[in-house]
Amino acid sequence: MNVQIVVMGASLGGLSALKVLLSGLQPKFPVPIAIAQHRHRDSRSDIIDFLQHYTSLEIREVEDKDSLQPGQVYFAPADYHLLIEPGYLTLSTDAPVSYARPSIDVLFESAAESYREHTVGVILTGANQDGARGAAAIKAQGGTVIVQDPRTAEGTMMPKAAISTTTADQILPLLDIAPYLSALCSLSR
Amino acid sequence: MTTSEPSPTKMQPTLEDIEIQLLLEGIYQYYGFDFRNYAMSSLKRRIRGIMQAEGLTRVSALQDRILHDRQCFDRFMVSVTVNVTSMFRDPSFFLAFRQKVVPLLRTYPYIRIWHAGCSAGQEVYSMAILLQEEGLYNRCRIYATDSNELVLAKAQSGIYPLELMQDYTQLYLKAGGRRSFSEYYTAAYDSAIFRASLKENIIFSQHNLATDRSFNEFNVILCRNVLIYFDPILQRRVHQLFYESLCTFGILGLGRQESLRLSPYEKQYEVLAKGEKLYRRLS
Ligand SMILES: C[S@@+](CC[C@H](N)C(=O)[O-])C[C@H]1O[C@@H](n2cnc3c(N)ncnc32)[C@H](O)[C@@H]1O
Repeated sequence: MNVQIVVMGASLGGLSALKVLLSGLQPKFPVPIAIAQHRHRDSRSDIIDFLQHYTSLEIREVEDKDSLQPGQVYFAPADYHLLIEPGYLTLSTDAPVSYARPSIDVLFESAAESYREHTVGVILTGANQDGARGAAAIKAQGGTVIVQDPRTAEGTMMPKAAISTTTADQILPLLDIAPYLSALCSLSR
Repeated sequence: MTTSEPSPTKMQPTLEDIEIQLLLEGIYQYYGFDFRNYAMSSLKRRIRGIMQAEGLTRVSALQDRILHDRQCFDRFMVSVTVNVTSMFRDPSFFLAFRQKVVPLLRTYPYIRIWHAGCSAGQEVYSMAILLQEEGLYNRCRIYATDSNELVLAKAQSGIYPLELMQDYTQLYLKAGGRRSFSEYYTAAYDSAIFRASLKENIIFSQHNLATDRSFNEFNVILCRNVLIYFDPILQRRVHQLFYESLCTFGILGLGRQESLRLSPYEKQYEVLAKGEKLYRRLS
């Protein structure tokens, strides 16, 4: 299957979930990771400084047209949509989608179109339905969808929406997501 | 197990991809507007939005309508670009401009400024206000350009919804504004009409970064949140255009999440203000 991109979406409770997830990933993660975390439009990069403490993977707030590199974590900047093109990233200030910018759907749908079955999407905690359509788009292209088990999520609505909209490949407790991803992305290469 | 770089697998274009290429080619050949090197992922989303608004399910059908119905093309032009803007957008940029660029500009007897992709003009009026407060406005000529005539007409009018003024006032203050923001406009019904004196040295005109040449030499070029809509090839071309249009020691200002990385002349610039996208051409 050869995974080439991992996209993650998180909202309410996302920071502590991402902290756990990123700290569990192996140091030389073989695939680029792009994250849309809902955040206030004026929030600055302190979120990234915070998360950086917990992982040896380099986290970067995306600048337009950054190229996708394995083992890099790309974080959507506040108030921009993050989209995946083959080999690089694009930003836009198109209108918010379902009140969100960055929108998880926008990130996931663009990844699904650019990397099709080589895409892995991870839906984490959140108190809205963003990401459900995006996860379905990844499945429609033959990619893989992992959803955080709502019982381990601070916000249950987002994982539940994804589960009811599409057939997730895995519904995992938060702690199990990193090992599963590591195995999935390393094995397939 | 290897950890080699993931070379993006060459994917077969989908039928929709092919239709979009044909649509853009048709628009270019018939109407002269070149969207062929816009960033595809976000452009595609907007084209799909337009199809939905037109009640169409296929890009080919949209192409048919756009090429045969001028009004449909006009509607397309309204929606195909992102025109979101604000006064003093990212106020720290304007604050840095006041602190780092204004002192440099004071040494010039005559200052030419180009706002490329000025949208409805808020960025230009913000600059005019800043320059008036710094006592430099009389020496300036500001060229405000955009490819979209409709937003340019709004820019020229200098009239904005009154309800936005509260937000704009906050941003003005964060940007280092020194007066009461309401001095700069007159409220009339639900509009804010900006003072005519702000417009005196502004020239509004249509200019397309994808197809038009340089038209002057500038001391300052601002192009913020425009390049993100272009693909790397077009970005490189536009950076070439900016480099050629800047005089030595000229200033280039980009959007908050943009960079010089794709400019063939990256090394010929220095960073003027840490954390802000303000650069100075050195050679
Ligand atoms: C998001 S607005 C940015 C406005 C302002 N500079 C700011 O940062 O707030 C982008 C503008 O770029 C313009 N634009 C898009 N393509 C262009 C082109 N090829 N040449 C010139 N302007 C273009 C659009 O019409 C739109 O008004």
